[in-house]
This record gives sequence, structure tokens and C-alpha cells, in this order.
Amino acid sequence: MVGIKSYGAYIPISRMNRDMIGNAWGTRSIGGERSVANYDEDSLTMAVEAAINCLNGEDRQEVEGLFFASTTSPYKEKACSSIVATVADLNKEIWTSDFANSLRAGTSAVRTALNTIKSGEAKSIMVTAADCRLGTPRSVDEQTFGDGAAALLLGDSDVIATIEDVYSVSDDITDVWRTDQDTFVRSWEDRWVLINGYTKNMKAAISGIMKKSGLTPKDFTKVVMYTPDARSHIDLAKSLGFDPKTQLQDPLITTVGNVGSAQPLVLLVSALEEAKPGDRILLASYGDGSDAFVIQVTDAIEKAKNKRGVKRGVGLKMMLSSYEKYLAYRQLVSLPEEFIKLFPSASVMWRTQKWVLRCHGSKCKHCGLVSFPIQRVCFGCHSRDEFEEVRLSDKKGKVFTYSLDNLAGGVDPPTVQTIVESEEGGARIYCLMTDCNPKEVKVGLPVEMTFRRFHREGGFYNYFWKCRPAR
Amino acid sequence: MESIKDKIAIIGMGCCKFGENWNKGPEDMIIEAAYEAYEDAGIDPKDIQAAWLGTVGAHWIGMGGLALADPLKLQGIPITRVENWCATGHEALRNASFAVACGMYDIAIAVGFEKLKDTGFPGLGVGRGMHPVMEMRRTAPSSFAFIATRYFHAYGLSPEEGKETIAKIAVKNHKNGSMHPKAHFQREITLEQAVKAPIIAWPLGLFDCCGNSDGAAVAIITRADLAKKFRDDPIYIKGIGLSQNSMMPHFQPGFDWTGFEVTQIAAKQAYEQAGIKNPRKEIDLAVVHDCFTITELIIYEDLGFSPKGKAKEDIDAGTFALDGELPVNTDGGLKCFGHPVGASGLRMSYEIYKQLQGKGDKRQVKNAEIGLAHTLGGHPSVSCVMLYGNDLG
Repeated sequence: MVGIKSYGAYIPISRMNRDMIGNAWGTRSIGGERSVANYDEDSLTMAVEAAINCLNGEDRQEVEGLFFASTTSPYKEKACSSIVATVADLNKEIWTSDFANSLRAGTSAVRTALNTIKSGEAKSIMVTAADCRLGTPRSVDEQTFGDGAAALLLGDSDVIATIEDVYSVSDDITDVWRTDQDTFVRSWEDRWVLINGYTKNMKAAISGIMKKSGLTPKDFTKVVMYTPDARSHIDLAKSLGFDPKTQLQDPLITTVGNVGSAQPLVLLVSALEEAKPGDRILLASYGDGSDAFVIQVTDAIEKAKNKRGVKRGVGLKMMLSSYEKYLAYRQLVSLPEEFIKLFPSASVMWRTQKWVLRCHGSKCKHCGLVSFPIQRVCFGCHSRDEFEEVRLSDKKGKVFTYSLDNLAGGVDPPTVQTIVESEEGGARIYCLMTDCNPKEVKVGLPVEMTFRRFHREGGFYNYFWKCRPAR
Repeated sequence: MESIKDKIAIIGMGCCKFGENWNKGPEDMIIEAAYEAYEDAGIDPKDIQAAWLGTVGAHWIGMGGLALADPLKLQGIPITRVENWCATGHEALRNASFAVACGMYDIAIAVGFEKLKDTGFPGLGVGRGMHPVMEMRRTAPSSFAFIATRYFHAYGLSPEEGKETIAKIAVKNHKNGSMHPKAHFQREITLEQAVKAPIIAWPLGLFDCCGNSDGAAVAIITRADLAKKFRDDPIYIKGIGLSQNSMMPHFQPGFDWTGFEVTQIAAKQAYEQAGIKNPRKEIDLAVVHDCFTITELIIYEDLGFSPKGKAKEDIDAGTFALDGELPVNTDGGLKCFGHPVGASGLRMSYEIYKQLQGKGDKRQVKNAEIGLAHTLGGHPSVSCVMLYGNDLG
């Protein structure tokens, strides 16, 4: 019984009203709103969020692999899957791999994980998919795209849904692309893209898998299809014999946007959140071909309903106050030069990974004092190297004291500086607060930890933990 | 453990004009302060047997003692460069004192300076942590804003009450600073101006923050028994305390953010050496580390001038005003005299030195015999307290 053991999703809290984009450029708004990754988020940090949401309640020690799928990896050369696995505090003796360069990267990772588990090489593998694609300013893409991530934990036992069948088609077509030189997504004439790219390939994969598995449209409770916009999938569903009103999964274009390679997985999570035991789901992705899956929901589905998924992510939102902020978040405008002079060091970041990435503190075996970062000599009793590491990233905390700093610079001042007291032994964590309205910050405010991008001094990305109001 | 009390005498001091000294380099400020001190002590530069230099800005002035040897042409004598955050100026004097007290040298010079206005940054330090990310965007105002937020919370002050209380400290220090020709800022301000100033790091506004200044200050010391050969009114060191934290407060378990243990410990060390039992009664004036107005408030409590949580009552009563029971920051403090980091401990000592000699001009504190200088540095994580008297015994 190979299938999905757990799911998680992450939609960044910032939303941009599409009318704001239309007003900025004097163009037509496609309506609704899109999600926008905060200035300190990227595909890697969003994948971490989804992974941790998915791991809630699961045994992290049992995960034997982690895949990261994205067309917007922060690195061209360096495995983000290894970073995500470390931040998610997984074992080191696991298989990590990046799936890139295709909108099908997410489902390719799922298929690879599935085959690996079926072969008996691993018992459970986590797949994360995240995207933060840039549409050219003023283009329709800029409005349609959204940012987000999803994670699926696949395994061979205790599954909430089994993956019954898989079918893929491959088709070389330069319809939507970015070269190694491009910042923004390019595409060919839209009618040609729709007819010869999207519709043709999706039909081939969906018809193919139904034929292969001997199923018909009425055998599916829900059909989850990649869609580039709010309409194309409806016509496609109709032409395949599905009832768009009852069977078609909401693609979240009006509330979130097209989240790229993460979209099929995000929508699958969305479907699983509503699913009942016995439901059958058809999933299909798109990108130079299509991957299709037949998924059967099991009785265990109820146990996953407390996960942080899509529904919660869509419900939590803060509206961006201006289009200019979006441009600043994505570094599409130049901001005043920063006076901050940091000393980036790859070797320091590597050496301090246990607390920088894994967010471990030290708990003294003698006096029980919990400290962050890890202290070799106990602050309370001076015992040396006698501590156990404790993970603080999944512990709640409270603001002990704070400041709203206008001097510290950054993309979105004021910088909210906080001292957090963790529920884990009262450990103190000095960190910045993100995803908040500075006016809501107060002593005692409950917070949770979130992994964020700090800076790119030294030519590489420096990540660390921040806090945000517990939601 | 022996006490430093009455072993060291300051026989000469100098201090350059503090401020935005765009047209002066570190060397100009050091020369200005040192030659004032030479003249004050009545010595020749050749009489100096050893020197201590305090500055924090190694990355733009270079390492070692050259920054002092060069301008003053101190050829051949030992120069030791020290750094201890904002206590650096005190640290130069402290180490020079120990060397002279042990008999190694008869005459030593302690020099502190900082040239902040060549950095291009208008505030005191941002994100200069020891780790690539852990202190990202830590600024001095935010570290002390943590104190203000927590102190207001702990003692039930509304933001309005809290801000008004600390604004009174700014008004007092501006008034004092207006009477010192060498101070960076020499203009009085109103309470309303202070309260309504733009926010730097909530709840701290512009007038809650000290001057970001250039400056240099110098002390020349000798053994107490030799002092009268140089002048009739030497000033004696009565006690030196220095205390260091072992974890930055930001991460320290249980740190209460309403006061600094390092100040309390440094003060205890200095009081014990000097034999001071009741600091509020026995100290005649204090020049303390008011990097932010809230810092001065908690210093009143940490030094034992006010009971814990009660500083507001003393502030409201004018206890620390120039004509109050215990005048604090008679020269305007860091707030108005300015805060060229490495110079500050020596600048504070300069004010006390002059006051104890009766040379306080319009700011003169009546019958001043015992004075205290206090620095607080780092995250903060270090504090130095020095006590001076104008008589032996």
C-alpha cells in the first residue's frame, strides 16, 4: 500500500489585490488577488514551511529521503533539498535530490519517490515543491502567478491515500519557458500554447491513465488539474467528460494564483483536505508533457485533517499596501544602499548548522537550563559538554520584549526586533519578527518560529530563523 | 585582594571639542587633547614612560598603537591598545593605573578616541555581530529599546508615561550640555520636543539617543605619593570596578531586561574599594553612560541611587538635576557631550576631574569631593565604574 502518509502546504501571508497591479500599469485587472512571498522568503523557505507543516505529528527520524522541486530554486548549483532536509531536522543518512526546470518538477518528484518506495529502497520519502516565479512587470503573468509550496510524505504504511496508478506523456514544445539568462517567464502566442501545449498533453495523459486503469470520468470524486489560468481547465474538463461544477478542484487562481511547479501538489493537498474515505482523485500536471495519477483515499484520511494545509493558508492573509512593495520584495527596484556590513562565512554557517539551520538549543543534563544557541559550557552550572540538543523550531514562544527599529534598514522597515522566550525551558531567542503588523506587537504576544532568508552577502544565501505571531 | 584606593593620581587631563569634526582627523583630536593634558600636568611628552590607547574602530584606523604613536611621536615607549566596547576609554585608564600602581612606571598616559563620522553611517553600529546571521540588524537603539519596553511593562508605565519620564532625562542633559563649550550639542530642548521626536527604535525617539560624535580625551597619571610634585590638586582614584557578562543578554536565560547586572557588580567592586556604603549620600556627582535616556534611568537603579523600579519618582523630583541631591551627567552626558566610543570613559573622568578641582564653571557642583564615572558597553555586556576623590583618605 504505497501512497501519501501526510501532507502540508504553505501560502505566504501577503496578498496583492490584482486591481492594484492593473492600476499601477493602467492595464486590465484579471480580478481577485495573488499570494506574494515576503521579502525574506523564497522557494526554499516556503518548501521548509510546507515540509514542517507536513511533519507535524510525524516521526522525523523515519523519513528516508527528501526531494525539493522548483523552477525557482535559489541556487543553480547547490542542492536545496539538502538544506530543506537539514532545516526540517531530518537525519543525515537519507537521500536528497532536487527536481528542477519544469512545471512538472513536483509530480516528477512524487513519481520518483513512489517508485523508490515501491522498489523497497526506502520506506518513506518527503516531496516538497515550491515556486516563486516572476511575470514580467505589466504582463498578465505578473497577475496570474502566485507563490506557494506543498509537501507530501510518501510511504508504504499508514497511508491516507494510495497512489493506484501513474501515467506520463512527454512532448517537446517551447510554449512557456525561461532560458538560463531569463528573470521573467516567457511564452509563445497564447492560442497555440493552449491548443497544442496544455490541452493536447493534458488530454493525452488523462485519457491515457483512464484507459490504462480502466476508469471513466464518473469513477472520480475529484479531478485535480494543473491550469495556467482560471478558465482553461474548465473547458478541458468538459471535453474529457468531467462535470466542472462537481468534480473539478478549485485551482485557487482567484485567491492565490498559479504557483507553478507546486500547483498540482498544492491543489492535491486542497482536495485531500476535503476528501472522504473511498474518494478517488485524478491528478494531472503539465509542462512539456503531463504526469497523471490515480489516487484512492483511505479510512486514515481523518487523521491528517489537523495539518496546516491549503485551506488554512488561503484563510490567513495580510494585504500588501502597495505595488511598489511587491517590486521591492522581488528586488525589481533598487533601494537605498544598506550600511550593514556583515561577515558572511560559509565555514561558520556550516559549523553552526545545528542551531542556525536545525534551530537546536542545549538542555543541560545537570541543571536543566535550556539555552540558545547551543552552549558547550552551561550558563547555569558550568558543566561542560553535558547537554542534550533540543529542537526549538517547532516550539511556541512569547515576546519578552521588543523594539520597532527604523534605523536597522531592510526592505520593509520598521525592523521588528524581539526577544522571544521559548516554551522549551524558557530559552531566549533573539530574532526578528516577520509577517506581522508592527502595531500588533506587544509584550507577551504568542509567537512561532519561521525559517527565512537573511541576506546574500558573500555571494551565497544566508538563512536563519525569525518569529511571527502565532496563528 | 588589594584596593586601588589612593594609589593613583590623575595629574593632567585634556579633551578636544566633541562633535561632527569633519575637518579633523583622529590625529588632530588626539593632539588637541594630549597637549591640553601635558600643559595641565606640567610635563614634557618625553616624561611619559608608557601609554594605553583605547579605540574600538580598528578596521578603519589599523591595529596596534601606531594611531597614538604617530600623531604624538611617542617614540620607543610601550603602547598597548585596548578595546572593551563602550568601556574602552575607561579600560585604557584602568590598565595604565594598574601598571603605575605596581611600580613599573611613574608616569603613564591613557588616551581614548573615536572617529565615527568617517564611517558614512549616522547611528551607532548595525549588525556587526560575531556571526553572519545571529545578530543581523542588531542596532544599539533596539537593544536599549528592549530595556524601555520591558521596564515600562514591568513597572506598569504606559508608553506615554514611560516616554515622558525618559524625556525628562534628555531635557536635563541638554540643559547641562548647553553649559559646556566642548559638548557636541549645546542647545536646550523642551519636554514636548523630546516626547514628539521621530521614532528611531520604538519606544525610543531621536532625543532619547546620544550624539554620534568624534572626539578624544586624555589622562596623565602618576603614583599618588608622587602627585604633589606635579600639582597641588591632583585627583585620586578611589575605586575601579569592571564586570563582564558571559552570554549576550539577548540570549541569556532569565535576563529580565530591566537592569544590568554588570553595572551592579562593577559598582559593588568600586564601592567596596572606596569604602562607600550609601552611594546616594556619599557620591557628590556622577557622569554615567546615558547612551539612551532609558539607560540613564536604569543606571540610577543599578548604581543604587534609586530603589529598583522607583527611578521615576527621583526623576520627577529633580534628584539628578544640576541643583538636585545627586547631579548626574553635569556635562551633558553621552546625550549631549557626545559618544565617540573609545573616548567616552575618559571624557566622563575629565568632567569629574574638573568638578573635583572646582573648575566646573557654570556647572560647578557645590562641595564636590567624590565623583563616579560609569560606562556600559556591548550588547550590553560589560560595565566599568570608576570613583574619584580630591583628597587622600
